[in-house]
Amino acid sequence: MAIDKRVSTAAQAVADVADGSTVLISGFGGAGFPNVLIRALRDRAAKNLTLVVNSATHRYSLTHELIAAGLVRKVVCTAARGHDKQPSPFERLWIEGKIELECVPQGTFSERIRAGGAGIPAFYTPVGFGTELTQDKEVRSFAGRQHVLEHAIKGDVALVRADVADRYGNLAFRYAQMNFGPAMATAAKLALAEVRTVLDAPLGHDRVQLPGCYIDRVVAVGS
Amino acid sequence: MQPLNRLQMAWRAAQDIGDGMLVNLGIGMPVAVADYLRPEVDVFIQSENGVIGVGPLAAGEQVDTDLVDAGSRRITLRPGAAIVDSSWSFAMIRGGHIDVTILGAFEVASNGDLANWDMRSPNKGPLVGGAMDLAAGARQVWVMMEHVTRAGAPRLLERCTLPLTAVGCVTRVYTDLAVIDITAAGMRVAEMLPGISQSDLQQRTGAALTFAAGGKALIVPDLKPAG
Repeated sequence: MAIDKRVSTAAQAVADVADGSTVLISGFGGAGFPNVLIRALRDRAAKNLTLVVNSATHRYSLTHELIAAGLVRKVVCTAARGHDKQPSPFERLWIEGKIELECVPQGTFSERIRAGGAGIPAFYTPVGFGTELTQDKEVRSFAGRQHVLEHAIKGDVALVRADVADRYGNLAFRYAQMNFGPAMATAAKLALAEVRTVLDAPLGHDRVQLPGCYIDRVVAVGS
Repeated sequence: MQPLNRLQMAWRAAQDIGDGMLVNLGIGMPVAVADYLRPEVDVFIQSENGVIGVGPLAAGEQVDTDLVDAGSRRITLRPGAAIVDSSWSFAMIRGGHIDVTILGAFEVASNGDLANWDMRSPNKGPLVGGAMDLAAGARQVWVMMEHVTRAGAPRLLERCTLPLTAVGCVTRVYTDLAVIDITAAGMRVAEMLPGISQSDLQQRTGAALTFAAGGKALIVPDLKPAG
């Protein structure tokens, strides 16, 4: 049967996301937040989720809606600080001990995800050595420099935002939309992409920034 | 003696950026360095979210929410710019491809230790972002910060008191009073404001200073922050 990864709604895309899933969510600084899929996941109301997301508190990401709805057990992120005097939904639950936090340096965060999709179970990195964030990690010296052992991150589901897709799931991004999207799509069992528009014709090999073999479902959501 | 303002500190750091460098400017004060590069240098500014070739801030119709830097600022691209994903961007940083990063800081120690990510604010979630990656990965790490805290306590110390970002990484510090190199023998003052004495500067510093032979006066143009 001819491959066709298009689905017509975000609700269909997330219909089988199960309780207890680890969900990787792309986006950085206002670019590439898959907010339509995030809202569909909130409506799906799968519980006990572990979110792997750069920021738990970014103003323009709807990640905070999943957290405020009480669907999230743990967040793995690089930023968990709110922007207002009042604590963010994440900070409120974290202060109350109701949500677990793993704070990771951003390059280690993205490399752990990349490794998860690349068949590398763990790696040594110099980043974070001698800091609180790597206190209990194995340390090994290479070429006279201390490195810490970091483990790969894999997900059950990835939510990614891109600009254009085709029926094969090939993706092209606009500007800085890419950020964590490609790595996250490779590291999850089920990779979902929301895009501005889906083309009927193939995207063309020289425009594809993430090959469709990594993507399971695409949904067009407009701008 | 008038301490330098933030733009003057940025101007001074910008004078040390060499032609052809790949530079990462930290969120906050350091991004202003881009405004004062010497006219004869051509550099690419890298941002952690994958932009190589950050241009001026976007204005009016240029504003595009998909085109941002690591500080979520809406930017433009310079000619020759490229954009990669986060994994590649941080591979670039860790891999030693960034010639220099200029970072803000809370504290720097005489052994080059840097503390710039966590002030231990009560009831605030942590925010590390790419600070540890830049500090550990860039070929040179320069710091821009005020010489003392608002309460007057030194930020240049024998050992950091706040949580570390990386060990032994800082090579140069630009403060509102001086330019200080971090050497194997500790902190060496390369330049200082003309109106301040060596003992004054030492008194505002929490680590032993030495003074470079041929040390210069720290002289900058009259730049005023808007507003």
